[in-house]
Amino acid sequence: MSAAPKHEQYDVVVIGAGPAGLAATTATARAGLSTLLLDENAGPGGQVWRAIGATPVKNEALLGADYWSGAEIARAARDGGAEIIHRATVWSLDRNLELGVSVGGGSAFIKAKRVIIATGAQERPFPIPGWTLPGVMTAGAAQTMLKSSGLVPDGPTVLAGQGPLLWLLAAQILRLGGRIDRVLDTTPRANYLAALPHAFAFMTSLYFVKGLAMMREVRANVKVTTGVTELAAAGTDRLESVSYVTAGGRRETLPVELLLLHHGVVPNVNLAMAAGVEHRWNELQLCWTPVLDADGNSSIPGIAIAGDGAGIGGAQAALWRGRIAAERAIKALRPTAKVSDLSPQLKRAERGRAFLDILFKPAKQFRIPQGDTIVCRCEEITAKDVLDSVAIGATGPNQLKAYRRTGMGPCQGRLCGLTVTELMAEARGKSPQEIGYYRLRAPVKPIMLSELASLPKSDEATKAVVRG
Amino acid sequence: MFKRAEDDGRRALTIHVEGQAISAREGDTVSAALLASGLDVRRDTAVSGAKRLPYCMMGVCFDCLVTIDGVGNRQGCLVPVAEGMQIEIQKGKREIGK
Repeated sequence: MSAAPKHEQYDVVVIGAGPAGLAATTATARAGLSTLLLDENAGPGGQVWRAIGATPVKNEALLGADYWSGAEIARAARDGGAEIIHRATVWSLDRNLELGVSVGGGSAFIKAKRVIIATGAQERPFPIPGWTLPGVMTAGAAQTMLKSSGLVPDGPTVLAGQGPLLWLLAAQILRLGGRIDRVLDTTPRANYLAALPHAFAFMTSLYFVKGLAMMREVRANVKVTTGVTELAAAGTDRLESVSYVTAGGRRETLPVELLLLHHGVVPNVNLAMAAGVEHRWNELQLCWTPVLDADGNSSIPGIAIAGDGAGIGGAQAALWRGRIAAERAIKALRPTAKVSDLSPQLKRAERGRAFLDILFKPAKQFRIPQGDTIVCRCEEITAKDVLDSVAIGATGPNQLKAYRRTGMGPCQGRLCGLTVTELMAEARGKSPQEIGYYRLRAPVKPIMLSELASLPKSDEATKAVVRG
Repeated sequence: MFKRAEDDGRRALTIHVEGQAISAREGDTVSAALLASGLDVRRDTAVSGAKRLPYCMMGVCFDCLVTIDGVGNRQGCLVPVAEGMQIEIQKGKREIGK
C-alpha cells in the first residue's frame, strides 16, 4: 500500500506521472528542490506509457518504440531523488497552493511553493445513440487493458471514429492477435481540404511516416469504411449492433459485441478549474484550454500546467512542456540557478499539430447529439432534456444543474461537460465561451466523509463550529 | 469480449466475484479482471437501473463503480487486484454502511 506524503511542505508538487509530470519531476529533483510527485495510477507512465515496467506485453515490437521510450523517462524520475506516490488522488488544490490528497483511504493536506499540474487528457465525449450500452467503450479503454493486462478483443469488434490513436490501437490489437471486424472512419471529407495548407509542416513532422505505416498495416488486415456520417449503437441491456451511414448515404448495420469509440482527446480540466485557473474555449481543438504564458504559468501565481492539460500536443510536446515548467520553478525558487531555453525543442515537438487538429476536428453530429441520445451518463439526461430546459429558461451549464442535475453525478461533468456547453451554445445562439462551463469545486474526485472528518484539526477550527 | 495474450507471464491470483472464485493476474485492475473473467459483471445505474460496463478504464467515467471488500462506489479501473479480494457488482446506488 502506498504511504502518505512524508512532509507537510515541498518546494514543488507535481500532479500526474505521465510524460510531462515525469520530466518535470526529474528536472526539479535533480536541481535540488524537494519534489513530490502524486499520481492516481498504480505505476508511472500516465496513459501513453501506461504500465511501463509492468506490462505483460514483453515483445517490444508489439507496443512500438514510442511506448518503450517511456521506460527511460520513468527510470530517470524514479532515480532523480523525488518522493513519488502512486494511487494518490489529489482532490483539492487552491490558490494558496495547498493540496488535499487521498492515499490508501486517508487524506492529508500539504503545501507547495510551486505546483505543476500534469493531469493530461481524457477522451473527448462521443455521445452517439446507445453509447452507454455495455460493450461500448473508448479506444483508450481498450488500449489501457492491452498495455496493462495484455487483453485484446476476441469477439465481433468495431472501431469507430478518427485520429492517430484509433489507428495505433488497431495496429496494436492486430499485432497481439486480437479481433477487429471493421474500422469506421468518421473523418469529415471536408477536413482534408481544410488541413491542406498545414500539410507540409505535418509531412516534415515526427508523426508522418509512422502514421502512414500504421494505417497501411491496419488496412492490409481489416476492412475500413471511410467518410462515415452517422453512427449508432443498439441492443437490449448490452451492445448487439452498430449502424452507420456511408459517404454515399447508405445505411448499414453490423452485428457486434464490442464498439470502441475515439475522436481525439481533450484536456482533463477538473483540478485546474477547481483551483481557479482561467480557461478559455479553444476554437481549433473544440475544448477548454487554460490561459498560460510561454512557460506554462497559469493565471494563479505558482501554478503551472504542463502536458496535454495545457492543450493537446502529444507525448513529445508534453515532455518539453514538463521540462520548461520545471525550469521556471527552479528559476523562481533558486534565482541564481542556470536554466536553458527549451522553446526550440518544444516547437519542434509541436510541429504538425495544426494539421492533425484541423484534419481530425470532429464533425458536429458526433459532438452535439439530438433527441433521446444520452448527454450526461451519470444522471441519464438526454439531448432533448437539455433543450427542453433551455426552452424554459436554463441559460448555461450551471443553471442546468438545478433543472437536470447534469454534471452533478460522480464523474463531475467529465463525460458531459463539453457536450452540454456546445449543445446549449447552439440552442441559445451563443458561443461556447459565452455559455461557459460547470463551476468546478473540490473535492474533484469523490472521497469518503470519514477521510475529511479524520483530518487533523486545530483548536480554532473545532471551536468555529461550537455554538454559544 | 476480451482474451488474454498467450505469453502473459504474470503471477495468477484469485479474487471472488459475488462469492465465485475467478483467476486474475498480478497487475490487473479490478475492472480488467472482471472484463477478462467472462462473467456477467454489468452493474445497474443508480438513476434508472440501466446496465453498464466500464467505458473509459482511466478513472474519468465512473461506470466501473463496484463494491470492493465491503466498500461501495470504488472505481474498479483504478484499484489493482489483491489475493482474496471480495468484489460485489453494484446494483443501483451505494448503500449505507458499504
